[in-house]
Amino acid sequence: MSDSDSRPAAAPDSALGALTDAARRSDLGLVLGTLAVIYAAATLLTATSGLNSVVGLLETLTFLGLVYALSALALNLQWGYTGLFNIGVAGFMAVGVYTMGMVVRSPDPAFGPPGLGLPLPVGILAGTGMAALIGAVAALPALRLKADYLAIVTLGLSEIIRLTLQSSAFDTFLRETIGVGTGGGRGMGMPDNPVRELFLVDGQAGTPTPFGDLVFGIFGDGGLGIAHPILIGWGYIGVLAVVLVGYYLLLERLGRSPFGRVLKAIREDEVVADSLGKNVNLVKIKVFVIGCALMGLAGILWFGSQGNVSPTPQFMPLLTFYVFIAVIIGGSGSNAGSVIGGLVFAAALFEGPRRVGGTVRGLIDAQTPPSFADALVSLDPVTLLAYATENIAPLQFVFLGLVLVFIIHRRPDGVLGDRIETAAAVDLSERPNGGEADE
Amino acid sequence: MGTTESSLVDTVRARPGLLLVAVLGGLLLVDLLAKLAGVSVGPIGGALSVDRFRSNLWSGLVIGLVIGLAGIGLSLTYSILSFANFSHGDLVSTGAFTGWGVAFLIAGFGDVPVRTLLSVRDAGSASPGDIGAHILTTPGAILVGLVAAFVVTAAVALALDRAFYKPMRDRDGISILIASIGAALIVRYLLQFVYGSDRRGITASVDASNLVFGPLGISIDAHELTIVVAALGLMLAMHFMLQRTKLGTAMRAMADNKDLALITGIPAERVVTATWIIGGGLAGASGYLYVLLRGTIQFDFGWLLLLLIFAAVILGGIGSVYGAIAGGLVIGVVFTTSTIWIPSDFNQAAAFAVMILMLLLRPEGLFGGVSTA
Repeated sequence: MSDSDSRPAAAPDSALGALTDAARRSDLGLVLGTLAVIYAAATLLTATSGLNSVVGLLETLTFLGLVYALSALALNLQWGYTGLFNIGVAGFMAVGVYTMGMVVRSPDPAFGPPGLGLPLPVGILAGTGMAALIGAVAALPALRLKADYLAIVTLGLSEIIRLTLQSSAFDTFLRETIGVGTGGGRGMGMPDNPVRELFLVDGQAGTPTPFGDLVFGIFGDGGLGIAHPILIGWGYIGVLAVVLVGYYLLLERLGRSPFGRVLKAIREDEVVADSLGKNVNLVKIKVFVIGCALMGLAGILWFGSQGNVSPTPQFMPLLTFYVFIAVIIGGSGSNAGSVIGGLVFAAALFEGPRRVGGTVRGLIDAQTPPSFADALVSLDPVTLLAYATENIAPLQFVFLGLVLVFIIHRRPDGVLGDRIETAAAVDLSERPNGGEADE
Repeated sequence: MGTTESSLVDTVRARPGLLLVAVLGGLLLVDLLAKLAGVSVGPIGGALSVDRFRSNLWSGLVIGLVIGLAGIGLSLTYSILSFANFSHGDLVSTGAFTGWGVAFLIAGFGDVPVRTLLSVRDAGSASPGDIGAHILTTPGAILVGLVAAFVVTAAVALALDRAFYKPMRDRDGISILIASIGAALIVRYLLQFVYGSDRRGITASVDASNLVFGPLGISIDAHELTIVVAALGLMLAMHFMLQRTKLGTAMRAMADNKDLALITGIPAERVVTATWIIGGGLAGASGYLYVLLRGTIQFDFGWLLLLLIFAAVILGGIGSVYGAIAGGLVIGVVFTTSTIWIPSDFNQAAAFAVMILMLLLRPEGLFGGVSTA
């Protein structure tokens, strides 16, 4: 899978070429370059609406990019490294988020289901642990099934989890036995984000802490005039970025360890790994446990910070496919690719089209027809465009599908597929004395 | 894992999970009998009227036939093209929307604007009663709609194959599976774009819609009877096609051993084309019938049905057409009778759980790895 074409052979002919070459060789450079391109495009799109909307859009894009990158990294461990085709990501995230909510929520809340009332770190640990536990259960079929069967089983499991959380009977059962609830179809409110309390005393708007005063004074009402929730959002993005670096380092370390080499060996040929005396089953269970724990934590950081969660719009299998597309864009097997895939997916496929659609809709001066049939019989391309831009959401999914098919057809290894993690500890395509070792 | 026909003890020792499921199934059966008899011993038994059980069983069979019909196509594509087709559920929806568009056009032509009819009530404000589609009042429209659902969906399936799957014939199953997820997104959201996203009523209500068979003492809903007759007819046609025609023999040969089939000169691409036409057409017909059963339509109902269809196909042994039909019936009955023991929130989860158990204990399916049609 690896080849040496990606390494620049000749000297670059310009300063810009040298810069792109340097960026291509460094993972951090690639990630920051991607981010810069996304920021530039987003700034261009909203430049006319003032600084506040520019910074707001950048905040949304960065948040989504980071949470997709986190989820993609977790999935990459299972799929990219080990070849386990797990399409139950949404289910494991739901387990993490709901466990965290049930542990942390107050035992006697004003509204919504009761919880155990334990501190937030305990809840995050419990949620991650529970996702790991369910991952261990899900690993049992992974030991015996072919990839496409495993896909169906994990999808079924994630739907069972969603339907269970949605069920009011399960809610009642939990309330009666251990005194906590899921809230059924209405969902539950998530605990307050501690980052908010860094800026505001008790999280109340209007009572900033000294740190909040300082930040708001420079960037907020006292300075650049950026809305305070956006600034607090940037604070949370800092937390996410730190966690992302942690995920990345952990997975890179894991990938280069002897354990990581076993994973890649299993991906390439399970029988060979088995006959070389590796305990394939145990390794698969471990990968499921670690990957699902990371998915659970990513779910907590993502949905746990969003106020309210409910099973049906949020944890549908579609969420799993989003994460999959992010991994595929980056190229399965590459951690840096997963991060870039997450950022690109969030900006170009998830949030971008609806923003562009909204902008285009604002430029068209026509009534939106109530249905596609009405738009069609009007025989007016402007009316049709008005309908299309007003209903950009379904078209966005169509676009998503086209991109997915296109990547699978043309670039099945993703944008960084040429750098897929090789199973061997050293790059076998490289001559022993022909240059530096592949870091 | 090969179970030999040796002593029972050996089998039990080799497959403890199977024993557990057998014991559990036995307990449920005893409990069911006790419930029907109205006896109550400890946790076992209780009260369950025979009528309720019979109606559960019947509706389970009807849903099962529809799921089995949809499963045939999924099973065919799996055995002949070797991939799990995640866009199959959206072919089911495609058939429902296009078929009902045509059925509406015939049932309500003249009284209601054509755009309302063809868009399945997305445009305009006509109610299902205004259009009046029902098997007893407009049998011709319902029948033509069924044919249209088959034909249009077969064409869509074929187009998807040419555009997306044909360029990757020699790729591995997982890559094609991912492409089929992309195809599923494209089809589902084009349906939403064209037909709108709201759930809406389709069939008109008619007085005395139950057909009473005097001598037998049973009364059956006319739509349910239509579904049973249509599904069984299509399944029989499928059976004769597979067993009696040259195409059927070729399909079974392709499913059994692709290389051998190619060596013997079977025109592979023609068989694949036929597979998509038949599989896609049956998916469309089943979607159309499902809407006839439920009376409502929504753009993503086929996708939501897909896991149940997979469950049916896996239960019967993935790749086996007869297994898919049998699996559909089992899943349908599990779906409706599970409410005797568990809250109705969980009946879908119960069907998925049966599927997962089956994969763990007997991945080759009920019919022991018959991958030949």
